[in-house]
Amino acid sequence: MYNIDYKTEIPVIIGRPSGAELNETIAAPLDKYPPRKWWIAFSVTLSMLSIGAFCVIMTLYKGLGLWGVNQPVGWGFDIVNFVFWVGIGHAGTLISAILFLLRQRWRTGIARFAEAMTIFAVMCAGIFPLLHTGRQWLPLYLVPYPNQHGLWVNFTSPLLWDVFAVSTYFTVSLVFWYLGLMPDLATLRDRTSNKFKKMIYSIFSLGWRHSHRHWQHYEKAYLILAGFATPLVLSVHTIVSFDFAVSIIPGWHTTIFPPYFVAGAVFSGFAMVQNVLILVRQYFRLDHIITLDHLERMNKVILTTGMMVGYAYGMEFFIAWYSGNQFEQFVFLNRALGPYAWAYWVMVTCNVLFPQLFWIRKIRRSIPVMFIIGILVNVGMWFERFVIVVTSLSRDFLPSSWGHYIPTLYDVGILIGSFGLFFTLVLIFVRVLPVVSISEVKAVVEGAQPGHHD
Amino acid sequence: MINMQSQHLYGITALFNTPDEIIHAANEVSAKGFTRFDVNTPYPIHGMDKAMRLKNSKLGFFALAFGIFGTIASVGLMSWVTLVAYPLVIGGKPFWSWPAFVPVAFEVTVLLASVLSVLAMIVIYFKFPNNAHPLHDTTYMKRVSTDAFGICIEAKDPLFDEQMVTEFLKSLGGKDISPIRIEDSSRVLGIKLFDPKFIFILIIIAALSSGTTYFVFNKLLYMEPFNWMSKQNKLKPQAKSNFFKDHTGMRLPVEGTVARNNFPHVQTGSMDSTGIYLHNPLEVTDKVLEEGKSSYRIFCSPCHGNFGRGDSRLRGQFPNPPTLHSDKVRNLTDGQIYNIISNGQNVMPGYDLQIPRENRWKIVHYIRALQRAQNVSEKDMK
Repeated sequence: MYNIDYKTEIPVIIGRPSGAELNETIAAPLDKYPPRKWWIAFSVTLSMLSIGAFCVIMTLYKGLGLWGVNQPVGWGFDIVNFVFWVGIGHAGTLISAILFLLRQRWRTGIARFAEAMTIFAVMCAGIFPLLHTGRQWLPLYLVPYPNQHGLWVNFTSPLLWDVFAVSTYFTVSLVFWYLGLMPDLATLRDRTSNKFKKMIYSIFSLGWRHSHRHWQHYEKAYLILAGFATPLVLSVHTIVSFDFAVSIIPGWHTTIFPPYFVAGAVFSGFAMVQNVLILVRQYFRLDHIITLDHLERMNKVILTTGMMVGYAYGMEFFIAWYSGNQFEQFVFLNRALGPYAWAYWVMVTCNVLFPQLFWIRKIRRSIPVMFIIGILVNVGMWFERFVIVVTSLSRDFLPSSWGHYIPTLYDVGILIGSFGLFFTLVLIFVRVLPVVSISEVKAVVEGAQPGHHD
Repeated sequence: MINMQSQHLYGITALFNTPDEIIHAANEVSAKGFTRFDVNTPYPIHGMDKAMRLKNSKLGFFALAFGIFGTIASVGLMSWVTLVAYPLVIGGKPFWSWPAFVPVAFEVTVLLASVLSVLAMIVIYFKFPNNAHPLHDTTYMKRVSTDAFGICIEAKDPLFDEQMVTEFLKSLGGKDISPIRIEDSSRVLGIKLFDPKFIFILIIIAALSSGTTYFVFNKLLYMEPFNWMSKQNKLKPQAKSNFFKDHTGMRLPVEGTVARNNFPHVQTGSMDSTGIYLHNPLEVTDKVLEEGKSSYRIFCSPCHGNFGRGDSRLRGQFPNPPTLHSDKVRNLTDGQIYNIISNGQNVMPGYDLQIPRENRWKIVHYIRALQRAQNVSEKDMK
């Protein structure tokens, strides 16, 4: 039906744009006044952000009593959202680090954007545990520092591991992102005629000169960072899953959690990156740089990780039965048939069934369909965290201490606010920084590297 | 107009159009023996290291050193905290539970190795930030930023000769060959440390940051809503409350009820009646006397003295009471002494609210023991 030769590598970029053309395509939007569409989008996200800001300020002022959390469900939307956003962040590092090490050159078009999304997603994630601590103005106690009370943190607690994992992840992602930006900022600096912009670009490019004596170390540093970020990205969601797996609550106390969480994180992260990239390539007319082949490959990753997640769902049920532990068995029956069954079946439908459509090539390459599936995947992944957190806590060992969790409007408001923050940052990012790495794309255009005829 | 005499030469640059040309040019330049030259390209060109005869980057060793430092530092800190500074038993596990240290040790290793390596690269190898380099703001830099491939031979190279280098670059096929000159005065100098403007800005920053810090830590954190739980929805003693009809927050016991273990006063009344009706309910034992002694020491001894001689420790701040060894006191019944402890006498206040009933009887026993020890009878001497 389709005559595709999978043996030859698909060109990363359509056509052979010159360096000047690439500069123009990628950097030109930064110099123009934002169009109407951008302002509409920005006002929507800013409104969402202000709803969230209002709910956060009320939470600060009145306390956690405004939320739906109570005994026995002490972890509600806050932890669900935290795990969800950290998961979204995983795609960026996976694309920039793991695909770099695997020499997947198609990553160049999307890496910058995915890395930025990582940073924004981790920022959104960071809000929730900080709010959840209750007295939000004392976060310094999360850090082991010598203090006059002689107090130290508990190094054997998974919650502390989380502090280290998430903050390391954020810092390393930021450094990685900045390192990639440095040559591009220098290009922008040499391109602009605006004095103020030139000053800003000069400060942040640190005086980059595109010197090969620098490129040599730069490439090494990029390789080292990719090497460190690869185990790091796997460790972060592993450690997040330890928050659950190290406890003894049925439904949480399982060894499958670390790989299951990492697969789920990549799954949801890719869906989010795919969604936003579709909007960006349409908006900036970057069709030849972020090609349909890129999106198809991302869909393949979504299909693969979706099946890994589906396998984990099945395996959880099998192990519950195989363990012979009646509490464990009950938790899983309760998930599928209990009061939160609707959430469970939303999760299964969105995460396991819909991605299967990506087996069909036409759907893999159809932008509207993949966009909808991407949204559904993220809905499903949000509900996965909801199911894990809430069903296990609401009905554990003692029926006398069962409860039912109902989120309040403040919970919903902060969730909306986190989406508002994320998309506001994305919208600002696309206006002030190049969404595609200029220097990396130049390097993968056909004919950009010397021929092997020596 | 720029005065050519006041400038000196930094180097000579040439531009090339294709990656193959620049590799060839770099190869020729280094083959000729030039060492102080650089290639500027919009993106890293494969094979350029070899063409420029560059040694491998040593950055990996930095990463290794920083990583090892991170592991040792984090494991060291966690061991010191859990073994020495703050040993806590958690879940019945040993103090030094090394498996729990793995995640933090890993994260710190990755953090330090990656962040410090990049920092080392920028500071040591690149010597950044440096926006004062002669190549900045030149047409050459604008071109290599976009799509041209440039080579620059510095004047400091021992083989440098302006005429010869220009000819040589031309022979390699270089275009736009142009000298780069350094302006003597402004560029090379960095920030002037004692510039009054700079010092003024420093002072402003210092004042702002210390003021903010003071405000946050001494004022802001004690304002609403950071009230440190001092404001709570509960009634404090003596507080007014409109919830109750009498508008007081404190409640009285229901009429006619008695709290557990709290017998109503029977000792009120005259000294005579208490002397007759009240008897010490406690046996004299070592334990009772010990406890009586400690209560006596706390409540009675400040005025009556450790041995009941009326030798107050208060140095006249409160009138001295009479001795407990007078005939009058020795002839009081246990019930009468108990009455005096409970209700007070003359300037002595009552202690019924401060000393529980039992302990008052213990004190009575102890006073009897003191009286007997201080006024030894013939019988006791035997």
